[in-house]
Amino acid sequence: MSKTYNLTTPLSDEDVAKLESGDIVYLNGIIYTARDAAHKRLVDLLDEGKELPFDLKGAIIYFVGPTPPKPGDPIGSAGPTTSYRMDSYSPRLIAEGLKGMIGKGKRSQEVKDACVKYKAVYFGATGGAGALLGKQIKSAEVIAYEELGPEAVRKLEVVDFPVTVVNDAYGRDLYQIGREQYEVK
Amino acid sequence: MREIAYEEIVKNVRDIIVYSASHLPEDALDAMKKAYENEKSPVSKEVLKQLLENAQIASSEARPLCQDTGLAVFFVKVGADVRVVGGLLKDAINEGTEKGYREGYLRASTCEPFSRLNLKDTVGYNLPAIIHFDIVEGDKIEIEYAAKGGGSENVSRARVFPPAAGKAGIIEYVKECISDAGPNPCPPLTVGVGIGGTFEKAVISSKHALFRDIGSVNEDPEMAELEGVILKELNKLGIGTMGMGGTETVLAVHIEANPCHIASLPVSVNVQCHSSRHTHITI
Repeated sequence: MSKTYNLTTPLSDEDVAKLESGDIVYLNGIIYTARDAAHKRLVDLLDEGKELPFDLKGAIIYFVGPTPPKPGDPIGSAGPTTSYRMDSYSPRLIAEGLKGMIGKGKRSQEVKDACVKYKAVYFGATGGAGALLGKQIKSAEVIAYEELGPEAVRKLEVVDFPVTVVNDAYGRDLYQIGREQYEVK
Repeated sequence: MREIAYEEIVKNVRDIIVYSASHLPEDALDAMKKAYENEKSPVSKEVLKQLLENAQIASSEARPLCQDTGLAVFFVKVGADVRVVGGLLKDAINEGTEKGYREGYLRASTCEPFSRLNLKDTVGYNLPAIIHFDIVEGDKIEIEYAAKGGGSENVSRARVFPPAAGKAGIIEYVKECISDAGPNPCPPLTVGVGIGGTFEKAVISSKHALFRDIGSVNEDPEMAELEGVILKELNKLGIGTMGMGGTETVLAVHIEANPCHIASLPVSVNVQCHSSRHTHITI
């Protein structure tokens, strides 16, 4: 049975441990944005032993490239992008302390395994609900890679940002569970 | 020969781009409401509700429905008895595109294939637009426009089958495509299927099929029937809204068929997410 939680970042191991696939979570606090290009740069920094633009410990990364804000707004529309493009980078970041990822769509077995091994979760946000999700973001600040435009790393402050647990720290996958229930063979 | 001013094209293109980004067309909205009524899964139903709410917020506050405001795709029918004065039609469409994306605060998603850098400093904001021209009778210019997002484009595919594959081969191919895609292309989907022609003709037809109104009936009864068969098969997959599991995975299947070579049966599947931002104007 799906449960509902309110969580504030950074996430602890205890936060992650109680979450199960299908649970609904309202996130509060600071989350960071990064897409493919930024992920590549973050992993390159780790390889070079350099410091990242933000602390990964307990952090949540949101896979999003928002529209430009209208004057007076902190951000434009901001729904999730498809997550598999980050699959080759995510396990490395999880091993370094990343606790949550927000996106849409399937993850690789390597990502799911890393979620189990290092206690992390993958959240799904509703793809295409950019107007609705953008309203839950109260401030946005580019903290790295401004030249990447929509792909720059942003620090976001979110309030009651709605997500669903897709992959939990126990190896479960909501996409498989949900589909099996309604598939007609 | 009728004359249309370059600036008039620019303005019209700009306006449809800005409007489409935040207003889901009636056909798509109706199809989503129908899916909401029919959906058996409570989780998918909840997500559909969120999407309908999103559409409401987007139109009332003029915010983009989705942060992926797409690449701008146009099918343009130019009447043989009309000419654009003051510049080229192609340039006018590109200029209108740039103005629309810039002035509407829409995301420029165009980048170079390998550096992944945005081209806006060299050719323009979210340019070049993807434009397909056709010449028709009359003295009007008809512009069909859609903002095409990346997530659904990424799961699209094409293949040239041997003729023996027939309808059964096509049904299986489309089913495999949507099944493999799962939650990634943001279902509930519209599935455009291009059949026949040459390789590229099938692909362009599958794109154009997505511009048709959801819920409209194919003029060719044989294709209308095949659309129904494929739709039924796809909704057996159980993928549901955003892959959460459910009965309403595909809103419609649209086929565009063309005569083809005696040796070939080209098939292309172009996938459209639930945010089916398409429109047309006649100038």
